[in-house]
Amino acid sequence: MSQLVPTPGPARGGVLVATDNAPQQYLTFTLGGEMFAVAILNVKEIIEYGSVTEIPMMPPFIRGVINLRGAVVPVIDLSCRFGGKSTSVARRTCIIIIELEQDEQKHDIGVMVDAVSEVLEIARSEIEPPPAFGAKIRTDFISGMGKVNGRFVIILDVGRVLSVEEISMLTQVAESNPIETT
Amino acid sequence: MDELTSVFIQEGREQLQAMEDGLLQLEQQPDNHDNINSIFRAAHTVKGASGVIECHFIEAFTHKAENVLDRLRNGEIQVSSELTGLLLRCCDHLGRLMDVLEAGQAEPPAEVSAAGNTLLEELSAYMVTPEPSAGGMVEAESEVETSGGGVVNTDSWHISVRFGPHMLRGGMDPLSFLRYLTSLGEILALETIPDALPAADEMDPEACYLGFEIRLQTRATKADIERVFDFCRDDCELRILPPNSKLTEYLKLIQELPEDEMRLGEMLVRCGALTQHELDDGLSSQQSGTSDEPTSPIGEILIEQKVVQKEVVEAAASKQTRVQEKKAVEARSIRVQADKLDQLIDLVGELVIAGASANLLAQRSGQGELVESTSILSRLVENIRDAALQLRMVQIGETFTRFNRVVRDVSKELGKEIDLVISGAETELDKSVVEKIGDPLMHLVRNSMDHGIEAGDAREAAGKSRRGRVELNAYHDSGSIVIEVVDDGRGLPRDKILQKAIDKGLVQPTQTLTDQEIINLIWEPGFSTVEQVTNLSGRGVGMDVVRRNIQSLRGSCEVSSVEGQGCTFTIRLPLTLAIIDGFLVGVGKASYVIPLDMVIECIELNGQSNDRNFLNLRGEVLPFVRLREMFEIEDEYPARENIVVVQFAGQKAGIVVDQLHGEFQTVIKPLSGIFRHLRGIGGSTILGTGEVSLILDVQSLVQRNNRREERDMNSSLAAPRQGA
Repeated sequence: MSQLVPTPGPARGGVLVATDNAPQQYLTFTLGGEMFAVAILNVKEIIEYGSVTEIPMMPPFIRGVINLRGAVVPVIDLSCRFGGKSTSVARRTCIIIIELEQDEQKHDIGVMVDAVSEVLEIARSEIEPPPAFGAKIRTDFISGMGKVNGRFVIILDVGRVLSVEEISMLTQVAESNPIETT
Repeated sequence: MDELTSVFIQEGREQLQAMEDGLLQLEQQPDNHDNINSIFRAAHTVKGASGVIECHFIEAFTHKAENVLDRLRNGEIQVSSELTGLLLRCCDHLGRLMDVLEAGQAEPPAEVSAAGNTLLEELSAYMVTPEPSAGGMVEAESEVETSGGGVVNTDSWHISVRFGPHMLRGGMDPLSFLRYLTSLGEILALETIPDALPAADEMDPEACYLGFEIRLQTRATKADIERVFDFCRDDCELRILPPNSKLTEYLKLIQELPEDEMRLGEMLVRCGALTQHELDDGLSSQQSGTSDEPTSPIGEILIEQKVVQKEVVEAAASKQTRVQEKKAVEARSIRVQADKLDQLIDLVGELVIAGASANLLAQRSGQGELVESTSILSRLVENIRDAALQLRMVQIGETFTRFNRVVRDVSKELGKEIDLVISGAETELDKSVVEKIGDPLMHLVRNSMDHGIEAGDAREAAGKSRRGRVELNAYHDSGSIVIEVVDDGRGLPRDKILQKAIDKGLVQPTQTLTDQEIINLIWEPGFSTVEQVTNLSGRGVGMDVVRRNIQSLRGSCEVSSVEGQGCTFTIRLPLTLAIIDGFLVGVGKASYVIPLDMVIECIELNGQSNDRNFLNLRGEVLPFVRLREMFEIEDEYPARENIVVVQFAGQKAGIVVDQLHGEFQTVIKPLSGIFRHLRGIGGSTILGTGEVSLILDVQSLVQRNNRREERDMNSSLAAPRQGA
């Protein structure tokens, strides 16, 4: 083992944080033409987009639920969660199933993306801290900026993006103030 | 927590339960010796097992309690209600100590150990003369003087152990096993067998050559004794002969062991298992091959020789049979982790869904043979599902027997004499339901005892027997389980309830109510007719909480009462929480499930579509909710809409949907934690097509609709003012 680096920042809701300098593997995917990455250890599986049951009275970034071999798994529209427009379903649209441990409970959450690209190894030294502004995504959603072939890839902090606590609060707000259709 | 500890906690709790049951029985029958013995055994097992896992605070406490039990067993102290009360409190304390252990704390917190010390002080009052742990009386029974002289203990275990040569190298000391054996009971005699020891120059100092012949007097079972040697089981030869073993078994033992027969025989004589005479007889008759009594237990020989009374032997023998019978019952059940079962049921649920979709495809293909084979398959799968659900079923008896203690304690507290009668303890229901039914039942039983049953004098004045009676009954009735709490007390005071309801403004004085309607008022929140609040009940938070708890289990509860004769609470629960009978409806492309027990009827919504959301149902006003508007579904309107009339909490409402797909049975899947604040959806299920369908929570759906309408109304009232 190489030297241990203390976990940066506040506790990140059970998300696996790399503690040594060895390159970590990341799954990259595209969303609205932009490239993002998530740590591979959080990824459980990738499935084709299909047969999503909508849940009524929910904010638009919750696409609905799917049947994942008997478990009912919620699906989040990531683009919508970042404040953009909702993702339209195309041929390469996928759902990445991400496993999170929050409040000492395991949650499986599906994330809807435009296309899944590849698994990359990014050394820790190649990861820059997130910019203070300008990414057009809440900075606490970003765990770092990975340098890949001279381009920046936004590495997401899935614990924050998919925080069960926060999402369930948002659904409550959505319920008490339904969006006026008029 | 390691596995050993969790097993200990689980088994320890069972032992404590056995001990508590025994103690409760002790009050009724103070002279039942078997019962006292079984209480002692339970305490002893807890002590032994806590020693194994090195939990000293439990071991030390149990040891003290056990000493008192031992004196009780030996008749040195008498059963009194103070003593049983104290021992029951010791039981409770042990339960708390187990909690401490379960929480992974090394030492009990200060208040727990303080409580323990008080109990120990009280216990020491029963320990006037300190005394060693093994029972003196039993020993006296079993010591038999034979004509040949010398003492033979046929009532003790014979253990013959030969440790393997690798024992010491494996880091184990034979001595520690023997020392541990003493915690089970008393070693009466011990002979070391050094025969395997080679000459000094050939000896390997790291090898173990020793063997032992041990006479052990204990109440422990064979399994307990075997467990002592668990750590070296693979590396030693262990033979255990139970008390009163047959002579031939001893002879067999002698022959099986590697040592010389005569030499070993001498050893057995020395440690008191056999007399010289018996040994000579046995060996010679075995050698000649014409043994007259090849199967006579030593005991029988002794009877023939008139050295011991027949009854003593019979008592010992029957004790053994009982232990064996109990073992046989235990062997028929196995312990399985609950989550493994859940996993199995999940998988089977999947199988049902997959089978349904295969069935659908087969029917679409139109091939007769395929349809037939898939339908056979799905029938089998459904049988498997039923069998799998059956696995989760547990008997309600365990929950019921807990109330023995409750009734005892509460009746003491209230100064009433109350008997608890349990029937239908073997009725089975889902484990998850059993876990949640305890609290509501507790409330009802306490209520019955506090409010229902009158004091002894009042009962006699009313011409009833002095002792009150609370019954707990359980039985199956058409796919649900019914639990009754019955008392023979004064019944519900109809006039008092009515007066109270009028005072509280729940009913108008001019209203005329039937008796049943009045009685049902007790379910209203904040309702209590007792002026005096006791610490048992009377705060009026009771009954509506009970009802809510039961409704959350998808059950219902009713009460009936005859004034002066008692009242009956009837709880009706579904057999399982995992499966629901649902009614499938469609709105646009989506489909939803309404719990079938809420559905009353379905009608077509035609020609009545005005702006107001109510309709005339045979002269009744029926308000309805449009699911399409509520869920903001923007699909095209169908040619016609239907209304499902539902009933909940005493009111009726309609739910407007597009299609009615009919009823079906389905497995409930919980929704993710993300949706925990979602109201109106109770859960989800998976349809035959593999799609997820949502289960409607009708009650909160209607409440939500009401809030929405209220808000719309307020905002439309406010609107003109803003415009002006």
